[in-house]
Amino acid sequence: MHVLIRGAGVAGLTLAHELVRAGTQVTVCDIRSGPAGSASWLAGGMLAPWCERENAEEPVLTLGRLAADWWDAALPGHVTRNGTLVVAPARDAAELDRFAARTGGHEWLDGNAVALLEPDLAGRFRRGLFFRDEAHLEPRQAMTTLSAALKTAGVRFAYGNDTPAEADRIADCTGMAFADKELRGVRGEMLLLQTEEISLSRPVRLLHPRIPVYIVPREGHHFMVGATMIESDDDGPISARSTMELLNAAYSLHPAFAEAKIVETGAGVRPAYADNLPRVKQTREGISVNGLYRHGFLLSPAMAQEAAALILNERVEAFDEAHG
Amino acid sequence: MLTLYGETLASRLLLGTAQYPSPAIMAEAVRASACETVTVSLRRETTGNRTGGQFLELIRELGVRILPNTAGCHSVKEAVITAQMARELFGTDWIKLEVIGHHDTLQPDVFGLVEAARILSSEGFKVFPYTTDDLVVAERLLEAGCAVLMPWCAPIGSARGPVNVDGLRAIRAHFPDVPLIVDAGLGRPSHAAMVMELGFDAVLLNTAVAKASDPVAMAAAFAEVVEAGRNAFLAGPLEPRDMAVPSTPVIGKAVFE
Repeated sequence: MHVLIRGAGVAGLTLAHELVRAGTQVTVCDIRSGPAGSASWLAGGMLAPWCERENAEEPVLTLGRLAADWWDAALPGHVTRNGTLVVAPARDAAELDRFAARTGGHEWLDGNAVALLEPDLAGRFRRGLFFRDEAHLEPRQAMTTLSAALKTAGVRFAYGNDTPAEADRIADCTGMAFADKELRGVRGEMLLLQTEEISLSRPVRLLHPRIPVYIVPREGHHFMVGATMIESDDDGPISARSTMELLNAAYSLHPAFAEAKIVETGAGVRPAYADNLPRVKQTREGISVNGLYRHGFLLSPAMAQEAAALILNERVEAFDEAHG
Repeated sequence: MLTLYGETLASRLLLGTAQYPSPAIMAEAVRASACETVTVSLRRETTGNRTGGQFLELIRELGVRILPNTAGCHSVKEAVITAQMARELFGTDWIKLEVIGHHDTLQPDVFGLVEAARILSSEGFKVFPYTTDDLVVAERLLEAGCAVLMPWCAPIGSARGPVNVDGLRAIRAHFPDVPLIVDAGLGRPSHAAMVMELGFDAVLLNTAVAKASDPVAMAAAFAEVVEAGRNAFLAGPLEPRDMAVPSTPVIGKAVFE
């Protein structure tokens, strides 16, 4: 069987990986010239199902906790398992209690313990929450390396106007480009900062009643600061207000960020269904995997497994099982 | 029944539509509360040609009255433009008017509020101003053309409940015939019950429901107490006394021993 996967974002690439592993012939096509430009390219890359559960339904945790192992197996060495640190400015300390009440898998830290984890944050936070079992990866490296590995394994990539060959089944993983009336766009904006004045070993979430943000450390003293959540399918440039809010949050985490260079700004549209949970749907030509919302790297492994099983007619409905 | 700008509503609960875990849960919460009016925030960047189409479509499908708001506007001009966009987008003259003085505390800029209310009222808008419990500001808003007032009971999203009960009593006593909706600061159903018992006509909530562990159940809980609080107000609650008052007659007993 030959499967054509439309869309070379994280949903398409993870599905390609699952299918190739099962011995299926796969072509991945994308109207873009490479992985850059997809929503996944702007992702934080946090594998943080416990934290995400704060504002998401149970399947995000049950399906998402498989993600770190999946990525580790698919791309050895790419997953950093240093957990997640959650802090709040003194004035918003109640947010930390609320976050703790809504999540599991965490332990409370006092100021000293926060400083032991992240020495550069010493003296800045009296309390914190540590989600020990969470992990993160660098999305762009992961996508680039996974694409290369897939090529080596025999997957054909057809970028841009390159016409893909006829296929037996088509798997649509094109996000907002897929014609599905149930999909809506949730705009997200991010910044990439660079400073050598501070280093972090893990994603840090700064709670705020209205503007919660996360900062993910990356190679080369880069920090990804994200992400807004705006009910809109506008993918135009980042707004001044969002830039200000994200920078403000970075600055309140540590004043050293005031001197950082803004090396990139980004804005994209997350595909989401009304319950903000992803779906594998059957289509006339095959299937679609969509609605990964803000959980592309977290939930694409589980969705890829379900989609691959559907294509290979095994019909293990991971998603429905998780729903109970 | 509650009458706001000539429209009659059975439910005295108004819900905001932001911050829920998902639009699906928001929709379920609205249904569970049986509320008939929802507020929708119109961030300016999401409007124009490319609106938050699908989200707004989901809200329209709820079949309830939409009260667009100017949340996040910091100047009179911004609030007026946002209100005009909202009228076009939702086809309603109703507008919840917020002019924020502080980005951080979200405290209303009452001076800008009165000015924006005057402009919008003259353009035919039915203005629902988010204000403090200040009586003079309230008078100015009525002069500016507002026929409904929405005083806070605590800062937005603070979940503190009524921080100035005397102030709320005063505004209620001062404007007995103006529909008064407590907007902002309610954290728990008991807070809503309290202001309804004080005689407020309705409450507007968002965070208290959206950020609850179970927003749907919390929406239903608020709906119950809002009704109970209203009934209690109509039934005329007892005022507190300084000493015990026996509920059984004491005639024939030697009480002054």
